[in-house]
Amino acid sequence: MTATIDTPAGPTKAMVLNMGPQHPSTHGVLRVILELDGETVLKAESVIGYLHTGIEKSCESKTYSQAITLTDRIDYLAPLSNNLCYCLAAEKLIGLEVPKRAQYVRVLLTELTRIASHLVWLGTHAIDMGAMSVFLYSFREREEIMKIFEYVSGQRMMTSYFRIGGLALEPPPDLLDRVRRVIDALPAHIDEYETLLTGNRIWMGRLKGIGVLSIKDAIAMGVSGPLLRASGLAYDVRKAFPYSSYEEFDFDVPTQTAGDCFARYQVRIAEMRESLKIVRQALEKIPAEGPIRTLAPGIIPPSREEMKTSIEGLIYHFKIFTEGFAPPVGEVYQVIESPRGELGVFMVSDGSPKPYRVKFRTPSFVNLQSLPLLCTGRLIADVVACIGTTDIVLGEVDR
Amino acid sequence: MEPQEQDKNPVVQKLREWDAQAVAEVIEFRGETTVVVPKEKIRRVAEFLASHPSVGHTFLSDLSSVDRFPLEPRFEVNYHLLSMEGKTRLRLKVRLPGSEPVIASVTPVWPTANWHERESFDLMGIRFEGHPDLKRIVMPDDWEGHPHRKDYAVEGPR
Repeated sequence: MTATIDTPAGPTKAMVLNMGPQHPSTHGVLRVILELDGETVLKAESVIGYLHTGIEKSCESKTYSQAITLTDRIDYLAPLSNNLCYCLAAEKLIGLEVPKRAQYVRVLLTELTRIASHLVWLGTHAIDMGAMSVFLYSFREREEIMKIFEYVSGQRMMTSYFRIGGLALEPPPDLLDRVRRVIDALPAHIDEYETLLTGNRIWMGRLKGIGVLSIKDAIAMGVSGPLLRASGLAYDVRKAFPYSSYEEFDFDVPTQTAGDCFARYQVRIAEMRESLKIVRQALEKIPAEGPIRTLAPGIIPPSREEMKTSIEGLIYHFKIFTEGFAPPVGEVYQVIESPRGELGVFMVSDGSPKPYRVKFRTPSFVNLQSLPLLCTGRLIADVVACIGTTDIVLGEVDR
Repeated sequence: MEPQEQDKNPVVQKLREWDAQAVAEVIEFRGETTVVVPKEKIRRVAEFLASHPSVGHTFLSDLSSVDRFPLEPRFEVNYHLLSMEGKTRLRLKVRLPGSEPVIASVTPVWPTANWHERESFDLMGIRFEGHPDLKRIVMPDDWEGHPHRKDYAVEGPR
């Protein structure tokens, strides 16, 4: 069972300490069973499933369009990422080409989501390490991004703004100006966080050399995203398998080589700056006019105007919203780069209006598997740093 | 046995050259290649694809299972492979009968399969032989039934 430890006073057993599922630093309902020799971790086993809500099974009883609202809830700190991956998978399955204007707006909003997600990560990771001010500052910035999501879709978080074939609604005319104002203020704020943290002796002491992951171990454990890039491998799905016009954008893939918690911090800060670059380019590229959804009668609903004035529009609207549309029989696996790593949607269709099976390959589920590799042999305080550095979202882990 | 055809996908070509029986069927759809592998060959095919220098699919992106109830073979286990250097993806598919959903574990080849296989066991009821610790992962330990199966109700009293 538990390990026996030899001490000068005689043999003793390792102590089993339960961390979670209710714990402020596990970032959700995660339970970690720690076997300890004093403060040193001998073994760390994660127990998950406390947030399992059967999203994949629920998708099977909804039409393809209805299931989009479920996808928001998987990685609830980057909802638009999940929307994007699901919509891209459905579009691939059906064989739809999304108009450029919609693609650029998707890129804009997905990169804003990436910044918002990294801000939450930074704030919560910092507060775990004791740096409370950073938490308040990063949530202040994130608030501005939430206001943009609310302006464009009516919802701060669970936007479901992307639909199969494009966007749900026409973006408001002054959206781009609002985004410009927000991102003009952001670089100074990121500099603020770096001033507080990067050269800080306590921050460096708590993160440097902690939770080292080699590239070989990372690949074996299926780890992707900032964890892999901080170990030295410059693999980013946006560059390797570009989607939604990412190949037209100019950005770098930041990497580090140390593979420790500090390296991951540096990678995520650099990624926020790269995302700002992409957002600026998107602001230049988005045309003021243009279709926001593909033209595909029978699959994509007609505009409200058309539905109210033409009989064909009315018939299509009726059929799509009562029966749904039937994609071809087949299966696709669509992958995107979410803020946490490689997010994949495996969609199986049997020709009916409801998906036969939707599997979400979520990066947090896979990255969490590597937790024992990161914290075995280290102190309990380092376990908190390691959980924070993996940037897990329990909604993604359990689905 | 199918005659030797020109495979569009060079990885499939190499796989067929190494062991022609390992490739039961090849499906091309939307730019993705699926290779259907007979159940007893999966371990060796996994080792070949993961370690062969020119084919190296060292990254297992996803392992998912599908329930085709009431059709037989009932279960499908899909392995989504990625080669980071070659920037290619490949899907392996294994079909399992409903009466005996057992297959060799690929955790010795791709350790990341550990939790994926536990999830398939927990939610679909597929057993993976040779898995280091096959137990439920998201459902409670004493749960009965496999929720992702098609004959398991979405809602209702349990």
